[in-house]
Amino acid sequence: MTPFVSLEAAALPIAQPNFDTDQIIPARFLSRDRELGLAECLFRDLRFAPDGSERPEFPLNKPEFRAARIVVGEKNFACGSSRENAVWALADYGFRAAIAPSFGDIFRNNCLKNGVLPVALPAAVVTGLIETLQATPGARVAIDLPSQTVTLPDGSQHRFEIDPFAKHCLLNGVDELAFTLSQVDEIAAFENRYGRENI
Amino acid sequence: MPAEPSPCTMFEKIWSRHRVLERPDGQTLLYVDCHLIHDGSAPAFQVLKSRGLPVRAPARTFATPDHYVLTDTRKIAEIPDPERRGMVEQLMQNTRAAGITQFGLDDARQGIVHIVGPEQGLSQPGILLVCGDSHTSTHGAVGALAFGIGSTEVSHVLATQTLWQRKPRTLRIAIDGTLPAGVTAKDVILTVIARIGTAGATEHVIEYAGSAIRGLSMEGRLTLCNMSIEAGARAGMVAPDETTFDYLHGRPFAPKGAAWEAALGRWRKLPSDAEAQFDCEVTLDGSSFAPMVTWGTSPENAAPITGTVPDPGAEPDAEKREGMRRALDYMGLVPGTPLDQVRIDRVFIGSCTNSRIEDLRAAAKIVRGRKVADTVRAWVVPGSGLIKRQAEAEGLDRIFKAAGFDWREPGCSLCLGTNGEIVAPGQRCASTSNRNFVGRQGPGARTHLMSPAMAAAAAVTGHLTDVRRLETAP
Ligand code: SF4
Repeated sequence: MTPFVSLEAAALPIAQPNFDTDQIIPARFLSRDRELGLAECLFRDLRFAPDGSERPEFPLNKPEFRAARIVVGEKNFACGSSRENAVWALADYGFRAAIAPSFGDIFRNNCLKNGVLPVALPAAVVTGLIETLQATPGARVAIDLPSQTVTLPDGSQHRFEIDPFAKHCLLNGVDELAFTLSQVDEIAAFENRYGRENI
Repeated sequence: MPAEPSPCTMFEKIWSRHRVLERPDGQTLLYVDCHLIHDGSAPAFQVLKSRGLPVRAPARTFATPDHYVLTDTRKIAEIPDPERRGMVEQLMQNTRAAGITQFGLDDARQGIVHIVGPEQGLSQPGILLVCGDSHTSTHGAVGALAFGIGSTEVSHVLATQTLWQRKPRTLRIAIDGTLPAGVTAKDVILTVIARIGTAGATEHVIEYAGSAIRGLSMEGRLTLCNMSIEAGARAGMVAPDETTFDYLHGRPFAPKGAAWEAALGRWRKLPSDAEAQFDCEVTLDGSSFAPMVTWGTSPENAAPITGTVPDPGAEPDAEKREGMRRALDYMGLVPGTPLDQVRIDRVFIGSCTNSRIEDLRAAAKIVRGRKVADTVRAWVVPGSGLIKRQAEAEGLDRIFKAAGFDWREPGCSLCLGTNGEIVAPGQRCASTSNRNFVGRQGPGARTHLMSPAMAAAAAVTGHLTDVRRLETAP
């Protein structure tokens, strides 16, 4: 996993509540080999017309947003399907963080497993941020994980919460699996006392 | 062991029984009783392979292909697209190599993973069940704690049989009263989502309770819990009762003999204690419910079929107004149009929400003696090979075929189209599935969610229809 420590980058506004993971990557790309990269599939049907030409109205197609590394969504961002391909597509394009008032639960977990930082900020702050980003495309946002702070284009700073262990994994680029495997004796002990009564 | 703090919710009882250890940050390592996998699991097996890890508990893992299989053939070799064929082939190879029980395309037990689990008796009260698919909430209908996970989490469960979780909050949705005629579990859950919103239960586990829920069949409860994720919930649950026990008794993987009696003893202690506290409570009156259809691009955009396409102009909230405009534009609908005048092109009776035998019976009851409208192409995709066989034994296939329906093989099919079966751009589909997102049934496709009986009614009239008007024989 790529470590995440801090980031200062342009942020892409997605001004729609309940934006679902089907919009982040449509189902027809789910069988695509990850090795091929999923950047082209990201926001596919919002970004490209059926003939493959760019839809100029979609923000990612505007020059100021092309180098965005942070996506900013509204309430319940990335709800719906559990497809981790949504995070992979974001990461393959270059996104390293997502800011929203709230996230789909599974998406949030998937982000943490892939070195993408989910940042929940108060709804009013996010609404203001989206307006700023729309008014001044390319405006930059800074995220510092050690201090758990976000600095917005207006200079305001906001603290965000993250589980300490998830923070540790992100900062060091290590994943949970290695840690769990180090606890395998505990799992075996549980299995012994638990028995096999259910299945 | 310290005594459990009493009184407890059903969720808390199951959670504490599966706790392996806690991390200082409050995350809990939970033991997984049953792990269901499908043909999207190739990347997870790849992780194991690259790290040289075996599957820890193959006997607790069960596999069936559903997302990429075609519903007009049972031959993997006939899947023309090599990527999709590869997804099915890899599932079969990976599970065979790991010694995991598989229900393949040559096996009548194959089907949609969330249909197969309960049907085989794998989904049991009190267990913790996971699957790399958001509709895993389905299995909570038997009184299990069941939730969807991502691909990396699937690899974690394969390797360790455990999963890290932060304890979610609890939400009790009590629905009392008697459901009116024509109102099914699908209408109940669409009503719930319309009321609490698609983020209404985020970070919560829902327990459904009340007399209207107790009165639902097992199939109905599975439909109800299936769509909990559409309200944002981590999981949905219904306390096990005689309906549950009758359903599970004699199923292939359910306990037998003395083990069955012992299990019953445990299961009867599972329901939430009378004084248990929930973090949130919602109470609804089931007797006021009506058959529902969706008009927009989120499951919360649901309304009684007797209503009209809503007017964004009448919505005071600017953000909601904009969302409604966008949805109606995509759906090609004009505000004020009576919902039962909306013409349709396709009908899909299927998906893990509504493709069980009871769903097919309800649809066949409406279809019997009628014809699919000339302009409509209608499909029935049974949820499993066993359901298909049962329906054929009851003659349901002949009713559907005589009416002009396609009677197909089991799989996810038109629910999301990963197998290539899609609705054409601009076409409108009356669907018993669970998501009406933009492009869900294919790029540009327009989805209206409803119950199987309502979808059958739409098929024979060619437009969205109040099934109560057709419930007498033609
Ligand atoms: S039927 Fe649809 S919702 Fe259910 S598992 Fe298949 S694709 Fe997912």
